[in-house]
Amino acid sequence: MGLILVYTLRNLMVRKLTTALTVVGMGLVVFVAASVMMLAHGLETTLVATGSDDNAIFVRKAANTETISLVMRDDAGVATTQPEVAVSSDGTPIAASEIVILVSLDKAGTTDAANVVLRGTQPKALELRRNVQLVEGRMFTPGTSEIVVGRSATKNYAGCKIGQSVRFAMREWTIVGMFDAHGAGFDSELWGDADQVQQAFRRTIYSSVTVRLRDPSQFEQLKTRMETDPRLTVDVKREKEYYAAQSEMMSGFIRVMGTVISVVFSIGAMIGAMITMYAAVANRTREIGTMRAIGFPRRRVLTVFLIEAIWLSLLGGGVGVLAAAMMSFVHVSTTNWTTFSELAFGFALSPSIVIGSFAFAIVMGLVGGFLPAVRAARADIINSLREA
Amino acid sequence: MASALVDVRGVSKTYHRDKVEIPVLRNLSLEVPEAEFVALMGPSGSGKTTLLNLIAGIDRPDSGQVLVAGTELGTLGESDLAKWRSRHIGFIFQFYNLLPVLTAFGNVELPLLLTKLSGSERRKHVETALDLVGLKDRMHHYPRQLSGGQEQRVAIARAIVTDPTVIVADEPTGDLDRQSAAEILDLLAQLNQTYKKTIVMVTHDPRAAERAHVQRHLEKGELA
Amino acid sequence: MRVFGLIFKNTLRHKLRTALTILGIGVAILLLGLVRTFIAAWYSGVSQSAPDRLVTTSKINITFTLPISQKEKIERIPGVKQVAHGTWFGGIYKDPKNFFAQFAFEDAGMFHLYPEFIVDSATMHAWETQRNAVIVGVETMTRFGWKVGDIVRLQGTIYPGDWDFLIVGTYTGRTETTDDSQFIFRWDYIEQRMEKEWPARAGEVGWWVVKIDDPARSAAISKAIDAEFDNSADETKTQTEAAFQQSFVAMSGTIIISLQVISILVVGIILLVAANTMAMTARERLSEYAVMKTLGFSGGHLFGLIGGESMLIAFLGGVVGIAAIFPVAHGISIALRAFFPVFPIEAKTLIIAAFSALGCGIVAAVFPVTRAVRMRIVDGLRRVG
Repeated sequence: MGLILVYTLRNLMVRKLTTALTVVGMGLVVFVAASVMMLAHGLETTLVATGSDDNAIFVRKAANTETISLVMRDDAGVATTQPEVAVSSDGTPIAASEIVILVSLDKAGTTDAANVVLRGTQPKALELRRNVQLVEGRMFTPGTSEIVVGRSATKNYAGCKIGQSVRFAMREWTIVGMFDAHGAGFDSELWGDADQVQQAFRRTIYSSVTVRLRDPSQFEQLKTRMETDPRLTVDVKREKEYYAAQSEMMSGFIRVMGTVISVVFSIGAMIGAMITMYAAVANRTREIGTMRAIGFPRRRVLTVFLIEAIWLSLLGGGVGVLAAAMMSFVHVSTTNWTTFSELAFGFALSPSIVIGSFAFAIVMGLVGGFLPAVRAARADIINSLREA
Repeated sequence: MASALVDVRGVSKTYHRDKVEIPVLRNLSLEVPEAEFVALMGPSGSGKTTLLNLIAGIDRPDSGQVLVAGTELGTLGESDLAKWRSRHIGFIFQFYNLLPVLTAFGNVELPLLLTKLSGSERRKHVETALDLVGLKDRMHHYPRQLSGGQEQRVAIARAIVTDPTVIVADEPTGDLDRQSAAEILDLLAQLNQTYKKTIVMVTHDPRAAERAHVQRHLEKGELA
Repeated sequence: MRVFGLIFKNTLRHKLRTALTILGIGVAILLLGLVRTFIAAWYSGVSQSAPDRLVTTSKINITFTLPISQKEKIERIPGVKQVAHGTWFGGIYKDPKNFFAQFAFEDAGMFHLYPEFIVDSATMHAWETQRNAVIVGVETMTRFGWKVGDIVRLQGTIYPGDWDFLIVGTYTGRTETTDDSQFIFRWDYIEQRMEKEWPARAGEVGWWVVKIDDPARSAAISKAIDAEFDNSADETKTQTEAAFQQSFVAMSGTIIISLQVISILVVGIILLVAANTMAMTARERLSEYAVMKTLGFSGGHLFGLIGGESMLIAFLGGVVGIAAIFPVAHGISIALRAFFPVFPIEAKTLIIAAFSALGCGIVAAVFPVTRAVRMRIVDGLRRVG
């Protein structure tokens, strides 16, 4: 077996140019396919990371995004005083009633505008969200127009550095601190005082209420009780699931489009592989005839050429995955269609994407190499030996 | 005395293969008068094919000059040399080297595509050439439908269709059976005697060499 | 002409290889056309814009509403011919996947601002006399199999609750690329209910569409409109319709850039497939090229021969690919109608595809031609076969 592996690899090396061209072609396809999957995965990872398992969020029924959700003040009060809600050491509930508004900010370095989430929140916000930490500056002072911004927000939007200010609703909002949500959606947000935001935008209601559960397993009973209460019109969801669902539409679209492109792309690569393999077979007709004359069965000849096709696939797959892995350093920012707000995310590589990419490459190689290999195996011994 | 049609003066040629130097021709001089039929003979590696290539203008010597019909080939640039070849040289190869996708007619017409002749004029020349080699009835056959001897005759037709100054043949009978070889040699002799064509032929077949006027022997890059 | 015959015959030598190459190039061209059509679909809003229409939205964010009292003030600005408002509804028809655009128009006047929406007068009259009337674009009508007279229920998200609409007729788009998937009903239907259920939200509209007399003055008029509401509680941002549509495109800017990168990579694949074939083909024929050089054919001739073959194959691949774009794009436009109401195959796309194919045909020949020209005749002749 080892001899066959070496023999097949040597054959590929002899025809350097066509091998290189085929490998690059396959590599390109794998790169595109893997990158698209990484993008969708990156989007999901960001939104899944937004939110934790032991928090629950209250929104208006059917409001799949906070910007269109309306929760009355009284209802917010009801939500935060439920028995399942955890309390801090001072006996007050670990909860935040928040108002979420979309504002327009310019993207840093361009004149394009982005829809940015301004979250009017309450002092318990950081305690509530353990995955978010203040890393620079300080938290905003309640009752003022101070705000803190996420790590991606400070990078991507104009005028969002500590000490600078942004203007909307006829006020200047000064940035006094930066928080890090470790890649979650919050990183693209601005956080301020809920009362101040409500006043500035002349609202009296909240968008959502987020609470910490004493015991995550009590979620179902809380949900049932709240959703069946006739005085309220709310949906209760696990915080993580709520935000994860916001990625579905877009990641679904990216996946579909990516799959279509990759499949069509791969057909092109398979044809390239086929052409190469057919030529390889044609050029080694006498060699094949000799092998068969010596006594190698047809099956062996088939195997040899299939293995060469697999070598091409592995090389192409390796090139593609490596190039795609480089994409992990790229960060993108786009508007999430579900929430209509700007979201920063990256390309996330996962073991399943790597394995899937190699599998894809191997399938391409086998499909492309199969027919030529069959032709090689079927060759007639006498004619093969006679051929120049 | 009339200057020779082909005048080779003191040429030397060395090949470089994998950092090894192989001298092939050493300071060789040769004259071929017009209408002569000369056979170049010698063992393998003696340089006869190389000499032929120099005369045909498809290779250049390291030193010395090659003059054909008064033109010194060394003064011509690549594209001029190509043009010159198309007008003055008719080349016959050992392995015929016909284009498989063209019929006999098409193969013979190929060199004429480089001229300014019209389609009907080209047709006339091709038919004449094929007639001369006795293959007019096979005009529209493809090389794979012809025997070895017939293929070589088509190749000869191709070589003469432009009415070249010199016909150059590299082992023209090397791949043929005795019967076909004899036919080819008859043809060459006819070209020389009836049509006064100057022919330089490389061969190691003594029977072929006999058909020429003159035999020159090469040994290790020098005329013996 | 003779030469063309030779080129053509050369492509027939390895029928399978030639066919595969044509197919490979065809597939890549198909992909190029699809990707570019995706990009064009994103920009279709921009391309549909009229130079004499401005859009005024809230300066805070386009999702914010504006008070109806602004209309009078805008109308008084010099250069303004007509003002009407539109509002985004964003409701759900049974399932969020069944997305289509729903708008509340002020009145028939809005339809006049959009002459590319063709509505017959009977339908228009019905719409004007029934408060819950809706005019639906033919695309959406056929998508859900609705008929005139049907009641359609939408679940409101921005405007909570269930909303019933009566279909009084359809509209068609004037051109291929006009969006004919919209669901247009009357603003006073929302207003009436808001007054009852959410009084604080009554009297608010989504945006103003402003028709001006002189497109050359669009910048000046836009400034004038915004100046009118500067430092008020409802500051505005006015821009040309094209700029407004462009801002939507910019939101998905990342995806569009990715698509453009992919389209370049696709051209790369075309090149690789073509180059691969030509390299192999040329290598096998080196001795023939040597013979032709012996006969006196020059580098230019060889380029014509090899380049001609390469371009013929690329041309055929281009034809196959371009022909395939039409049915495939049609299929995609149906599958993705929720995302793209318009999926236009532009002339520009086809031209780019054609040039890419031919360009690759030429480039693919470069390496083999160089090799054939540089090769010494004697080396080429040495190769048997």
